[in-house]
Amino acid sequence: MKRLTSGSGWLAASTLIAALALAPILALLAVALQGSADLWPHLIAYVLPQALSQTALLLLGVGGLVMVLGTGLAWLVTAYDFPGRKILDGALLLPLAVPTYIVAYAYLDLMHPIGPVQVALRALLGFDSPQDFRLPDIRSMGGCILVLGFVLYPYVYLPVRAMFLTQAAGLIEASRMLGTRRSGVFFKVALPLARPAIAVGLALALMETLNDIGASEFLGVRTLTLSIYSTWVTRSDLPGAAQIALAMLVVVLALVAFERWARRHQRYAASAQRQRVMVPQRLPLGWGLLALLVGCLPILIGFLAPASYLASQAWVRVSFAGISPAIYAEAWNTVLISALATLAVLVGGLAVAYAARLRPGASTGLLGRIAAIGYAVPGTVLAIGLLTPITLLDRAIADTARSWFGVATGLLLLGSGAALVYAYAARFLAISAGGIESGFARIPPSLDQAARVLGASSGKTMRRIHLPLSKTALAAAALLVFVDCMKELPASLLLRPLNFETLATHLYGEAARGTYEDAAVAALIIVVIGVLPVIVLARLGRQGRGIRTRER
Amino acid sequence: MQKSLKLALLGTVLALGATAAQAAEVNLYTAREAGLVAPLLDAYTKKTGVKVNTIFLKDGVAERVAAEGANSSADVLMTVDFGNLVDLVEKGLTQPVKSAALEAAVPAALRDPQGNWFALSSRARVLYVDKKLDLKSFTYEDLADPKWKGKVCIRSGNHPYNTGLIAAYIAHHGEEAAERWLTGVKANLARKAGGGDREVARDILGGLCQIGIANSYYVGLMRSGKGGPDQQKWGDAINVVLPTFKNGGTQVNVSGAAVAKYAPNKAEAVKLLEFLVSDEAQKIYAEANYEYPVKPGAKIDPIIASAGTLQIDGLPLTQISANRKKASQLVDKVGFDN
Repeated sequence: MKRLTSGSGWLAASTLIAALALAPILALLAVALQGSADLWPHLIAYVLPQALSQTALLLLGVGGLVMVLGTGLAWLVTAYDFPGRKILDGALLLPLAVPTYIVAYAYLDLMHPIGPVQVALRALLGFDSPQDFRLPDIRSMGGCILVLGFVLYPYVYLPVRAMFLTQAAGLIEASRMLGTRRSGVFFKVALPLARPAIAVGLALALMETLNDIGASEFLGVRTLTLSIYSTWVTRSDLPGAAQIALAMLVVVLALVAFERWARRHQRYAASAQRQRVMVPQRLPLGWGLLALLVGCLPILIGFLAPASYLASQAWVRVSFAGISPAIYAEAWNTVLISALATLAVLVGGLAVAYAARLRPGASTGLLGRIAAIGYAVPGTVLAIGLLTPITLLDRAIADTARSWFGVATGLLLLGSGAALVYAYAARFLAISAGGIESGFARIPPSLDQAARVLGASSGKTMRRIHLPLSKTALAAAALLVFVDCMKELPASLLLRPLNFETLATHLYGEAARGTYEDAAVAALIIVVIGVLPVIVLARLGRQGRGIRTRER
Repeated sequence: MQKSLKLALLGTVLALGATAAQAAEVNLYTAREAGLVAPLLDAYTKKTGVKVNTIFLKDGVAERVAAEGANSSADVLMTVDFGNLVDLVEKGLTQPVKSAALEAAVPAALRDPQGNWFALSSRARVLYVDKKLDLKSFTYEDLADPKWKGKVCIRSGNHPYNTGLIAAYIAHHGEEAAERWLTGVKANLARKAGGGDREVARDILGGLCQIGIANSYYVGLMRSGKGGPDQQKWGDAINVVLPTFKNGGTQVNVSGAAVAKYAPNKAEAVKLLEFLVSDEAQKIYAEANYEYPVKPGAKIDPIIASAGTLQIDGLPLTQISANRKKASQLVDKVGFDN
């Protein structure tokens, strides 16, 4: 009897969270069902062929690039030792701190025919004007793939590096000892072992790509997401936009399900406790320097170049017009809301993952996947979907307040910023859920059983066993979510209170009217604040390694 | 148990609601960027002491206000583009306003007959021309002339500024002619349609193209140096020509505002609108934003005036607005942005 009721509280919490995450999707479904009669024939004839092929090309390109970069770099820093490896190991995460739309703006400026790069190049080659010599336009599919790929690869690098460091180490060392060649170790052992981690990271990177509007619009790539946006804005056809978004969601979910199905028979490294840590092989100096060079390149392209360009633009602005005091308040708003949302995401992710652990089975697994659904819908559309549940709740609160106390409250959730916390949580739960799940997976069920037999409640077991043991995974998830919340734009724009700006909304307001230099200051602050958690994230990776070394 | 819960709730409600209960405020939901409206609102607060609470929502004004329903705190809804103003009325989010001051200041063609919305400023869709070219007059029809092959820059055809222009073209010449024209313009593009209006000036300076279509006020923003030294160079690289339709004038669009249906501070909302069409505010529109004031006789900024006298196209805005969806579909059909 006790066994049956155990965890029902967690199950209820998990159900509630899934319901909250599903609410905006259902709202979109309701909008979509209002119908837009003549949209689809038009779409099929004129829009979809182009938008689908462009989207597919972009996803293939970005997917390929992040996979090669993320996996290759993770292998480089874990399998080999070379000068500067320790710094590189963490620094490779830096592009996480910069929103893709900011990088796109920066590169548009940097690479423009009259931008610094081409001006310098012309001076070097002795050409006078852009008419005589210029590089291919960055506003192209190739440019967009490069920009997005070099910013998003850390989503793959992070989980794959962790996988190489811990789970895969024993097998890799065994294969080395058995005399497998270097390339063989990578392709026959490491790569297949890293597949789940690659899949997790790749899914995140591709969904970020699908979500992107700013970068692809600025670089002239007409994706499906842009079609959704112009269906809504230019044609005032919200039902149509919702229909395209939901169709896209179905495709994304099908792809994710297919990937899971394809590796359903594979089981990896079930017991993490006795795992070895990989000992990197020392490279000869020449090769070592080459490795360093290769490793620095993505940091240069994905972080240093755009960030230093922003810094120089911000400097021009500050010396020209000073810093507006409002920006401090905006930075504070950004940090505060992101921190609260991170907390919500973490608690939500824990509840969902723990319910799935207490009651393993199809239904809790399904709840987990539903809870993560918000990540698979473009942010612009999700924000509109969120309006419905938020205002319904607000109305219920207002009515209750009126009938119980006779007080007119107005819109509490929208007016207080609580709506933003909900929005970020609905959007980013997917990021924490995966991390926490894999953190829990390393804890043998025997520990749960021991704790429960000794009389601890499920809550206490989680506090005393799971939380401490998955500390690193939790912290990593928290930092990733925090950085993503800071960068979030569409929901922040639509759902914030009056007189409330975040750095991202300020940045967008300036960029939308073309005053980029004003935007540069806000953009730089986003990057600077974003770098802090990324540094912690990098240190976490190293710490994890230290702990395991002691265990050994 | 229930009582203590009630008390706790009451506490939260009062704490959160306390800020909302101050006197003489007005709430503005705007699709226009905060930086653009700030000079106007600051002047208003300085003059009247009324605090203006703002939220810049870009494209989501209608959706947010509709979802908030009767509890909405929106008093004034401000947006650009005639079509968006009509959209607000059609979605039932506005209320009619009777005000002698507004009716006297805004010409009848630039406001809703029932008083559901009022235009506050206007802008023209003009031609930016490479300074090296000696081009004095131009028609929108000329954009499709093969002699400009590989020389035209423009932003996405699906941007509201361009769908407005294309809709006007349809209103003048019919859908088939518009399709031929748009195909011709597409064939003349020097680069993919995209970016913003300022990109046109920058790309002209960069040698990518020689002419392009953009909004009038960007010239003022660039040349005045308000956007920094780089943009000043872009603005100085171009001349502005006011193009016309062959049998008409220059295509013009508006920014405007409406009083929200459930405005909690309706009287204040009307006062704010009246201020926005006053001489003082219309001067700010012209000087700070380089837009054309709507009030007859209000002065135009010298940078904008130097482009010549604006001959506004005679077609009623309602007729253009009706073609907006067709225009957007045409953009897809000819693959303008591809």
